[in-house]
Amino acid sequence: MTQVERHQWDVVVIGAGGAGLRAAIEAREQGLRTAVICKSLFGKAHTVMAEGGIAASMGNANENDNWQVHFRDTMRGGKFLNQWRMAELHAREAADRVWELETWGALFDRTEDGRISQRNFGGHEYPRLAHVGDRTGLELIRTLQQKVVALQQEDHRESGDYEARLKIFQECTVTRILKEGDRVSGAFCYERESGRFFVVEAPSVVLATGGIGKSFKVTSNSWEYTGDGHALALLAGAPLINMEFVQFHPTGMVWPLSVKGILVTESVRGDGGVLRNSEGKRFMFDYIPDVFKEKYAESEEEADAWYADPDRNRRPPELLPRDEVARAINAEVKAGRGSPHGGVFLDVSTRMPAEVIKRRLPSMHHQFLELADVDITAGPMEVGPTCHYVMGGVDVDSETAAASGVPGLFAAGEVAGGMHGSNRLGGNSLSDLLVFGRRAGLYAARHAKQLASARPAVSDAQIEAAAAEALRPFSAGEGAGDGADGAGTGAGGTPENPYTLHQELQQAMNDLVGIIRREEEMAQALTRLAELRDRARRAAVEGHRQFNPGWHLALDLRNMLLVSECVARAALNRTESRGGHTRDDYPEMDREWRRANLMCALAEDGAEGAGGRIALRRREMPPIRADLLELFEKEELIKYLTDEELTAE
Amino acid sequence: MATGTEPQPKLSDEARGARGGVRGGTRAAISQPHLRKDRWWLAPAATALGLFAFVVYSTWRAFANADYYAAPYVSPFYSPCLADNCETMKGGPNWALFGDWWGLSPALLILIFPLGFRLTCYYYRKAYYRGFWASPPACAVAEPHRTYTGETRFPLILQNIHRYFFYAAVPVACILTYDAVLGFRDEHYAWGHMGLGTLVLLVNAALIWAYTLSCHSCRHIVGGRLRHFSKHPVRYRMWGWIGKLNQRHMSLAWASLFSVALADLYVYLLATGAFSDPQLF
Amino acid sequence: MTTAAEATSYEAHFRVWRGDTDGGALEDFTVEVHEGEVVLDVIHRLQATQAPDLAVRWNCKAGKCGSCSAEVNGRPRLLCMTRMSVFDHAEIVTVTPLRAFPVVRDLVTDVGFNYEKAREVPAFVPPQDLGPGEYRMQQEDVGRSQEFRKCIECFLCQDTCHVVRDHEENKPAFAGPRFLMRVAELDMHPLDAADEDGLDRKRTAQEEHGLGYCNITKCCTEVCPEGIKITDNALIPLKERAADRKYDPLVWLGNKIRRRSS
Repeated sequence: MTQVERHQWDVVVIGAGGAGLRAAIEAREQGLRTAVICKSLFGKAHTVMAEGGIAASMGNANENDNWQVHFRDTMRGGKFLNQWRMAELHAREAADRVWELETWGALFDRTEDGRISQRNFGGHEYPRLAHVGDRTGLELIRTLQQKVVALQQEDHRESGDYEARLKIFQECTVTRILKEGDRVSGAFCYERESGRFFVVEAPSVVLATGGIGKSFKVTSNSWEYTGDGHALALLAGAPLINMEFVQFHPTGMVWPLSVKGILVTESVRGDGGVLRNSEGKRFMFDYIPDVFKEKYAESEEEADAWYADPDRNRRPPELLPRDEVARAINAEVKAGRGSPHGGVFLDVSTRMPAEVIKRRLPSMHHQFLELADVDITAGPMEVGPTCHYVMGGVDVDSETAAASGVPGLFAAGEVAGGMHGSNRLGGNSLSDLLVFGRRAGLYAARHAKQLASARPAVSDAQIEAAAAEALRPFSAGEGAGDGADGAGTGAGGTPENPYTLHQELQQAMNDLVGIIRREEEMAQALTRLAELRDRARRAAVEGHRQFNPGWHLALDLRNMLLVSECVARAALNRTESRGGHTRDDYPEMDREWRRANLMCALAEDGAEGAGGRIALRRREMPPIRADLLELFEKEELIKYLTDEELTAE
Repeated sequence: MATGTEPQPKLSDEARGARGGVRGGTRAAISQPHLRKDRWWLAPAATALGLFAFVVYSTWRAFANADYYAAPYVSPFYSPCLADNCETMKGGPNWALFGDWWGLSPALLILIFPLGFRLTCYYYRKAYYRGFWASPPACAVAEPHRTYTGETRFPLILQNIHRYFFYAAVPVACILTYDAVLGFRDEHYAWGHMGLGTLVLLVNAALIWAYTLSCHSCRHIVGGRLRHFSKHPVRYRMWGWIGKLNQRHMSLAWASLFSVALADLYVYLLATGAFSDPQLF
Repeated sequence: MTTAAEATSYEAHFRVWRGDTDGGALEDFTVEVHEGEVVLDVIHRLQATQAPDLAVRWNCKAGKCGSCSAEVNGRPRLLCMTRMSVFDHAEIVTVTPLRAFPVVRDLVTDVGFNYEKAREVPAFVPPQDLGPGEYRMQQEDVGRSQEFRKCIECFLCQDTCHVVRDHEENKPAFAGPRFLMRVAELDMHPLDAADEDGLDRKRTAQEEHGLGYCNITKCCTEVCPEGIKITDNALIPLKERAADRKYDPLVWLGNKIRRRSS
């Protein structure tokens, strides 16, 4: 019998990034006792890495901007695969969420007349990104963190206890969502520092765990991005959608190897940076796809004129949506026109005076100088695509962020799917975190309130099972321990090094389910994943439970393997190219596929084997509301919607 | 691959508490007070040496009460000369405020102000706290003191009066400028001449001004205390300039310290006849 | 290019502190290093090949989150921003946890002190008469506080500051450079309405957050990976602002008279 501490809360938020903290603030402001559980220290979440800005149609830089234009850009960027209602809510509410940050102490860069300055970004028709130099994510996370502290100070004044109604469990990991029947009853966690297990009992759990990038070798994501929330949802019985869509950011560092993948913000291009190949050519003009032909400049003169006079010139093709730029760079490198270290050149040094570069892109200047000995005011950067963001995630209700099929489970931010369709626009991530973070917190609070005293209970059996699962790596190789999820069948055999397994997984995903995909390779990836899953059951760790990174990784492997399988399986199934999913063997976008979401769910027990652990299902998307469709020209819609859909409206 | 050295057993709390700081209580058990390998002692040692040399020299010169005037140049240590026992300096900074009862060196009357200004200066504080008091000797190097209260109590709480010394330093700088202008005479007080001494006094006055204006208190008074720069564009611009100067406060502190000693030495050499002033025109 | 990297790899000598609250020691390792790597890469290689349970805290590996603070050759640094190229190949690189905070295990320390101090600084007070979206601030007015908001909370300044590093007993009374800078940030915020709430941040900086303990020896500025001029732009201006309140006789007199008349 495992004795574990139990804590009772009303709402539990897993993850302390932008979405998690915004959800926690909302739930606490609704008067509910809220706990946040995060893997890192408070304030270190991956949100700090966001650089460019928060997209919100405040219209400060161009008064023609409004939520309809923002909605339109978002749908175009996502190639119309977005859950349109989410995209609408997002566009409508983003500005309020940004202004709210100011009342909590955020200090954005200003316009001449003292309002929030907004900058250009790929795929956005007008300058729309509220920003602070190129460290907007840091400002966001710090502001939310300080708002949390402000609320804690309020509680302290009232009750003498800072953590009476809002507590951060930092450096703790959740390994299981606990349920009674269908309904969420809590979460099983361990403290990274001590290795101690504990259970939080709560009728509402908000997943805000971010993405899955650590399954890929070249990634801009931090170690936390092991797909925890995705896997927790799957294991709790909530399906994931759109998992085939993984965004490769076009510009990551490529050299030195140790920093390969670290992000180079899109603001570099938004502020005037250009992409060139080894022949010195601005190659992006050759890669403007048909759907965007009317919107982008055809000559360098026109493109350059746009920065000063955006009303009479079309935008430079460097500012195409990220998927387009990433593919173009990939193609240039493959054609042998890449830079010495296998990227292309991104240059601001010939476009702006050194002083302006240092003021507008301080962290980029710092990052290249410190890590690569490159002075970006004097020469070009070498950049190449890096795994950046997963559009797919937990299937949620657009209004309430509630996960489908599991009452009490909510998801917001990168872990939720649908909002960005097949490709996310830069800047839409931070606004997504705020808009749906707040909604998740709000509806999670309402759900908890409704249940009042009739809360689902946490059974000892569930705790036992979760504890056994978490401890398995310590006894792996001794032939003991069964998978608590029913998937494990004895773990005898040679013990495996979790670090090696992780590296092999990353290599496989990078090579076989990367930026350009083929049927045979993805089939091969699935075979490899099955092997790795088998070996992961024998992942063994040394030492004890106190702050043991080997153990932590061994536990995270389960999650990474699950989400990797989702990505590979869905990608293999979708026989078209769209946004973050590009297939060599099906290079065209297919209007029929536009209506379809691929849903991943855990396969029934015993179904494992050839089928793997994930069952795939295809679901029709609801038709887009008529007044929203009217925001687009007919000619544009024809490119995306089927004739049948067009006549239906 | 680990070829570990012998593990150090944890000391009893009392034993560790007594050692305190980085070797105390709950900190990682590392017996060395610091693990720096660079020559961290160089900067505080050089600082201490430089300041010490100046103190010795200036003490000797301040108490000397002699050889501080060689027409038309006056040593900055003795300007303005506030007692009756000062040498007569034609058109010079004689201002016998203290009358004839003052029998000691007149330098002592005036040096209090620059001394106080520099003693409470934010840069010099850092320099002597590190160099003389080893508090701390260098960054991440354990300091030898058992307790520390910083500037929370008497006497160090008096450092807060720095701005009044700044107010006093401004007229001193004015007078030194006046002295430098008087240097455009020859030894017979005829105007329109310039010697090497004039240059020395000019450079000294310029450095004194630069040091005085780059002071943190000055930066605060000029604009730093404002909340809304946008409502005070002129002060904002001045704050910006002084901010730029302020970044060089350390260099200016040393340069002006050196120049003031040099100016005095130059006058001393002229006054004792060890050297004669090269006339430029 | 991979061959180039291999050609420039070498075996480095590392000495890493391993242990926990019950004691520990520096352990020697020999480990491969490739061109362009940082100390954190090498620590990760140690984890993957020789010491799988070596505890280290890290996150973004790009100098943006401030998690991997430790001490390299006795100096507080971010492990991810300390390049191996600054060391001689033969040099022994010593890595220890932060020495101002209680150790947890290996390179991980308990930085809870900082979170306690963060809570003690009263939050931003929004102006009563302005709603969301109505805030108007000029760039020159937000510039100063923006510099302080670049802080990534790596707590290297808190670690290096001798006030608490060498004197555990000062911890209750002293907020440390990071949080005195937070007070400065709020005091310089163009719209902070703390005054109207009866909160004098300048006075509390000295009376509640221990500003007087700072003897401006500038180690915080020296270690700041973001290059924030903590001492010159935050701590000294704050001291001057406190002096405005407490040591300026005119202000003092004015306050006396006003208090009497009211």
